[in-house]
Amino acid sequence: MISLALAYLRDRPLTTALNILLLAIAVAMLVLLLQLGNQASERLEGDAEGIDLVVGSKGSPLQLILSSVFHVDQPTGNIPLSSLELLRADPAVARAVPLALGDNFEGYRIVGTDSSFGEHYRTEIAQGRAFDAPLEAVFGATVAAETGVTLGQKFVGSHGFAEDEADEQGHDHAPFETVGILAPTGSVVDRLILTSYESVWDVHGIDHDHDHADELESEERNDGHSHDADHAHDSEHGHASGHDHSGEAAEPDNPPEQSRRGSILQASDSDLEPELTALLVTYRSASGAIRIPAMVNRQTEMQSAVPATETARLIDLMGASIDGIRLFAWLLAATGGLAIFVALLNMARSREGDLALLRVMGASRVQVIATIILEGVITAAVGALIGWIGAHLLIVVAQVNSATLADLGLKAWSPAAGEFALIAAVLAIGAIAALLPAVRVYRTDPARVLARN
Amino acid sequence: MQLTVDGVTLSYGDRRVLSDISFSLNPCEQALLLGPSGSGKSSLLNIISGLQTPDEGSVSLGGADMADDGDATRKHHMGIIFQTLKLVSALNVRANLLLAQKLQTGGVDRNLVEATLERLGIADRAKARPFELSQGEAQRAAIARAVVVRPKLLIADEPTSALDLVNTESVARLLIESAEESGAMLLIATHDDRLRSYFARTISLSEGRLAA
Ligand SMILES: Nc1ncnc2c1ncn2[C@@H]1O[C@H](COP(=O)(O)OP(=O)(O)OP(=O)(O)O)[C@@H](O)[C@H]1O
Ligand SMILES: [Mg+2]
Repeated sequence: MISLALAYLRDRPLTTALNILLLAIAVAMLVLLLQLGNQASERLEGDAEGIDLVVGSKGSPLQLILSSVFHVDQPTGNIPLSSLELLRADPAVARAVPLALGDNFEGYRIVGTDSSFGEHYRTEIAQGRAFDAPLEAVFGATVAAETGVTLGQKFVGSHGFAEDEADEQGHDHAPFETVGILAPTGSVVDRLILTSYESVWDVHGIDHDHDHADELESEERNDGHSHDADHAHDSEHGHASGHDHSGEAAEPDNPPEQSRRGSILQASDSDLEPELTALLVTYRSASGAIRIPAMVNRQTEMQSAVPATETARLIDLMGASIDGIRLFAWLLAATGGLAIFVALLNMARSREGDLALLRVMGASRVQVIATIILEGVITAAVGALIGWIGAHLLIVVAQVNSATLADLGLKAWSPAAGEFALIAAVLAIGAIAALLPAVRVYRTDPARVLARN
Repeated sequence: MQLTVDGVTLSYGDRRVLSDISFSLNPCEQALLLGPSGSGKSSLLNIISGLQTPDEGSVSLGGADMADDGDATRKHHMGIIFQTLKLVSALNVRANLLLAQKLQTGGVDRNLVEATLERLGIADRAKARPFELSQGEAQRAAIARAVVVRPKLLIADEPTSALDLVNTESVARLLIESAEESGAMLLIATHDDRLRSYFARTISLSEGRLAA
């Protein structure tokens, strides 16, 4: 019966090909959407994992998250180094990772940070060692593989975030040295080059006191109380005094302290002191979520953004258009089903004689109907298969040709969970499309057909 | 195996098409069912092959009443050549024969298929699709399709109506030879008087009644 169904399909190649094409396009679109939806949101969530808050300069919060968590957009601006100290001193903060962005090497971002970065992303060194001295750099796994960098190799970063800017503004005077390569993490880190933030200042010719930076860090580590840290603690413990409640959930603030702190930060800003781009903050306790953003946002030149919120907004944003495309794809699939239906109905009419002959030759009703339903299902199955393969090939091609798409982390050959359901649905469309023509054939009396001929 | 038609009566609405038809065929007997157009030949053949049920009367083949399990009896023991429907359109001639064997006997006998194609002179058309065949070739292919299932009763409805004299003669001969070869009874319905000479027995049908 299968060979008979195939024979009938081959008998009208154009119609069959057209129906298959319709379904293939629909399936390809749906698979791509599934892959994009699943893997992109998985990837977004993975990269943002453990980051409760991002602190950066004022601007679009989405842009802040994109640039400092996903490393895809331009940073919003700079924040003073002292903000790192301020946040690290806060007891509600478990970890604050500094980021100094601004340069790239062959299109891969150079991220100035410190050892807390590795702690946060749980990186492991595959070769060499962590960066230590200024201008030492550690490569993420993907960057290392793509650029073919080796330990000890020197390289020069260029200003900006895209490769083609290299010619205009190379930092020839301060070459980096590769001291380590990270093991793959499956996260955004694979595509980054890590160095100390002092190194980033060095290549930009920003004067800074290495000792001072070290001092800040050691102070923090010793739980030493610098002036900022003191204030931070004061405000923490000062809630009993509780004037100027700003919002029901927020803890009480101390306006004089706040303004003093602000002035310190402002001073550091206007001094053209070394700056950072953003801080990735992990809370120690839930109280941080209430107090820290409020505290940061009161600094006029800083803002805080919650990755989870912005990611959700981003997914919502994509979601609207994805929903539109998905609707279109399902309509296309339905059209494919309709085309199969029309083709089979026409066929059932023109083939009445054939089917009557089959019945006379002893084929049971079930066998004859099975032929027709098989035709629908085979058409749908071939369409689904071609569409599925096409979609995955497209992903492979896209990954080869576009770093941005590769960055989205689409896994070309790992079927998303929904894909099986999708293919089952398309097969069902094929079967349903064949059902009515099949019923029609079921009702036909071979004797009548023979009598009519 | 014997075919017995006993008191078959059929009406379409108020119109009586067949009235009290009774006759029988002995094993290996060959007969011509002769009658003008509209005399009820096709209707009678459909009743004999169990595709239609008579209003009254019965048909039995080898003692099995067609009213009981006509589908199985037809499937296992009959080879039928229809007036216009000859082959399954999507399959070539050989595939048609193989499909008929598979459906009717449950197995495939390729040697018999090739021998039959050879004997009917259409071996070179084995790969042709039905629409590529001439009327004569199509009729031969239909005979081949009916014969390869080794039937006990070979039925043909107007097998020569679309053919010229030369082809009419050869098709009639082939039907007779094929029936003899497979030891089958042969019943041919036609309005064509020319076939009378090939058959020892002629059953004449006129306005739904047997004539003497
Ligand atoms: N399904 C039907 N419904 C109503 N009348 C029918 C039907 N089938 C056949 N008839 C009528 O019954 C009569 C006998 O038809 P049948 O096809 O048996 O004749 P026939 O002898 O085979 O004719 P022909 O030589 O033209 O094939 C005709 O008058 C025909 O119009
Ligand atoms: Mg007739």
